[in-house]
Amino acid sequence: MSHTHTDQEAHNKEAMAEIKKVTIILSVFTIIELILGFWMISLTSQALILAIKGTIVILMMAKAFYIVAYFMHLKHEVKNLIMTIVVPLSLFVWFIGAFLWDGSSFRNLRNNYNPYFKEQATIKVEKKVEEHGAAKHEATDAKHETKHESVETKHEPTKPEVEPYY
Amino acid sequence: MSTTTTASPNEAKLWVGGKSPFNSEYGKVMMWYFLMSDAFTFGAFLISYGTVRFSTNGWPNSNEVFRSFPFAPEGVHAPLVFVSIMTFILIISSVTMVLAVHAGKNMDKQGVVRNMIWTIIGGIAFLSCQAWEWNHLFHEGAWWGANPFLNADGTASTTNFTNFFFTITGFHGFHVFSGVVINIIMLIMTLLNKFEQRGHYLMIEKAGLYWHFVDLVWVFVFTIFYLL
Repeated sequence: MSHTHTDQEAHNKEAMAEIKKVTIILSVFTIIELILGFWMISLTSQALILAIKGTIVILMMAKAFYIVAYFMHLKHEVKNLIMTIVVPLSLFVWFIGAFLWDGSSFRNLRNNYNPYFKEQATIKVEKKVEEHGAAKHEATDAKHETKHESVETKHEPTKPEVEPYY
Repeated sequence: MSTTTTASPNEAKLWVGGKSPFNSEYGKVMMWYFLMSDAFTFGAFLISYGTVRFSTNGWPNSNEVFRSFPFAPEGVHAPLVFVSIMTFILIISSVTMVLAVHAGKNMDKQGVVRNMIWTIIGGIAFLSCQAWEWNHLFHEGAWWGANPFLNADGTASTTNFTNFFFTITGFHGFHVFSGVVINIIMLIMTLLNKFEQRGHYLMIEKAGLYWHFVDLVWVFVFTIFYLL
């Protein structure tokens, strides 16, 4: 290292200040996210919930930026190295947009053309009695079984099982 | 030659040969490319979760599902509390990892050892929290192929929710586990003076990149599963 002693010290101080700053930013962003998350529980307005979710996503991206840029030190690398990593990752823009669009389109198509799928989203069921420890794999309990059936037949007499539709 | 003076006006000369155009060590560059590919793996998981969620009419409310915490009395309703503790554990262990890398750059062996120990403790604490949460959900009847939770609107839910939850947090937890193992190996190598003999602590930097990536993925997993 050709740095003089004082150079080294100044650089050290700068690096420590940066670590401190990023730590505080990450903690504050996480706390804001949690506050928004708690606030969201009591809300009913869909528009407001959507706006909060958007804010949370922006905070998430900001946190990701700070971790990659400062903790992983990418910001201090050579520009060419940064580009070989960031440019391929920009595929995610298409990746996320296309697949979420496809998902929501599939839901619309099924709601339009598959009456059973649409009906499933309107039938309320009751939560099954607390089953202990992967009860699914154990021998079925007779009490649970009867409870199970009475709940389901109450809502839909023609079908013995309300199987969720994938 | 200092390693920090590359953004000079004659940047074009980087490519005439005689020096490393990326001004970075081979292993570090390859770690970056590995992490990029890993980002695509996690991205594919999370985007498929998003696609399925967007194509489904109802979805369980995460505040109803993740509301417990260790030693809490029966019936306590504390959404987001336990997972925020897990998040802060991972952030703090990321900070101690940065400090270990920083100490390594100054050839400060004691600093590396101290911060690596803290990082390993943070990793183990996170894994313990996750183990508790998985165990708790399992005893509520949730597992791959079994979903005891209803949708937020009271309709029957599919097993997609639990399948994605256990697959993605499991894959992330596996990364944390391998990160802890790598960090323990680095700690042992530091204690054996391996890096003092080499004259640099670049291996700590590479392990650090991996560990920060694990934290980075958790930022996304935490937000997507617990907040959105």
